[in-house]
Amino acid sequence: MKLLYHIGNYFLLLKRVFSKPQKYSVYYRQILLEIDSLGIGSLGLIAIISVFMGGVITIQSAYNFNSPFIPLYAIGLGTRESIVLEFSPTIISLILAGKVGSNISSEIGTMRITEQIDALEIMGINSASYLIFPKIVAAVFINPFLVIISMFLGVFGGYIMGIATGACSSYEYIFGIQTLFVPFNIYYSLTKTVVFAFIITSVAAYQGYYTKGGALEVGKASTRSVVYNSILILIANLVITEIMLVG
Amino acid sequence: MIELKNISKTFGDRNVLNKVSFTFESGKTNLVIGESGSGKTTLLKIMVGLHQPDIGEVYYNNRSFTGSSDKEKQFIRKEIGMLFQGGALFDSQTLEENVAFPLDMFTNLTKKEKTDRVNFCLERVNLEGRNKLYPAELSGGMKKRAALARAIANHPKYLFCDEPNSGLDPKTSLVIDDLIKVITEDYNITTVVITHDMNSVMEIGDNIMLLYKGNMWWKGNKQEVLTTDNKEMLDFIYASEFMKQLMPKK
Repeated sequence: MKLLYHIGNYFLLLKRVFSKPQKYSVYYRQILLEIDSLGIGSLGLIAIISVFMGGVITIQSAYNFNSPFIPLYAIGLGTRESIVLEFSPTIISLILAGKVGSNISSEIGTMRITEQIDALEIMGINSASYLIFPKIVAAVFINPFLVIISMFLGVFGGYIMGIATGACSSYEYIFGIQTLFVPFNIYYSLTKTVVFAFIITSVAAYQGYYTKGGALEVGKASTRSVVYNSILILIANLVITEIMLVG
Repeated sequence: MIELKNISKTFGDRNVLNKVSFTFESGKTNLVIGESGSGKTTLLKIMVGLHQPDIGEVYYNNRSFTGSSDKEKQFIRKEIGMLFQGGALFDSQTLEENVAFPLDMFTNLTKKEKTDRVNFCLERVNLEGRNKLYPAELSGGMKKRAALARAIANHPKYLFCDEPNSGLDPKTSLVIDDLIKVITEDYNITTVVITHDMNSVMEIGDNIMLLYKGNMWWKGNKQEVLTTDNKEMLDFIYASEFMKQLMPKK
């Protein structure tokens, strides 16, 4: 029953979030600020993780493809497929669920317990829309760019490690990442990213918006948001993969 | 003018407010006083629409608030300014952004007009030149004054203050009280102040209501406070042993 209550409440909140904005110019400014805060602010972390993970995937591929029957360009191909299909959209989204999700729920939760949300409501402002709508729009817009950057850096990290460890030559790696390329995979990957971005921001905002109590509860809401986001991202990943790659 | 008619509110099996009726007059500083847990903040939240009463009505200049649609409520709320106990300033915004916020949302003023209005409001609360500071950089008293500047920025007809003196020293409290009184009189605002600070009662209490265990127990003004023989009111005023010694003998 509690689960049904939260699902119902979540959709009621979304209804308020997507009601007509009160002043477009203010919302536009907020969206730009959120793109900077949620997107650009995560770029450094994503870059570091992507380069290192790309390198690790290449080393692991080289370790597993250690057979005279498998050509060395398969290392580049395997690295590309791992990064494009799963690492960049899903793992990066899980990392963003931790960084951005907890940030959103603690920010909104703190606003709730310090009566800042009440202040908005008393002014006659739809607080749900004003606070959450720009975050959702910003994440849905910027996350695909972050994932594209992550793909590029992941493949680049793989290239560096492939050459540095002698696992494959530059030519073999570049040939590998060009071999059997299916453009639909990028479309699939970005579709997942958009769905995950919506989940991360809306679920985190829901947890923050209904925080009650004090600082301890803000921390709990932040933790809940990371846990629920992670589970929902994995479920959505399964469903989208089934629909787009199998169905 | 704000009218309360038979406001009752229950949380679970706890009756917090019981048929409270009162009229808050415009151009006057109306005080709601009472000990902790007497229902003051709940009453305030009902008046601004953060809680719905079980029964009863709130009227803003004869316009029903509790029974109105969300759109009508939003319209009335644009005429309300509120000073929260903790200030409730937006942490991510500077002082001038905080004060300009209601102007950004509800007016079509030019940038210069907004800046002028913000500067005027900050000057009104003695915070001129502090435009670029963030709430975290302000003292408790400055936060309250900044919140008051934001509350009056959009020319409210109604001003609500929830314990404006809590956490402040007596001198700063008087500054805040004085500001509230002057602003109320200058702009003919209907001001409602929730407090249990006796200095405030004697300083700005034009129209006072004592809430006692959720009931409207006593009403009067600051002169009548000194001459009342209402036991609960006397217990409230002369709570400490020291104050009891100062109680006028009859």
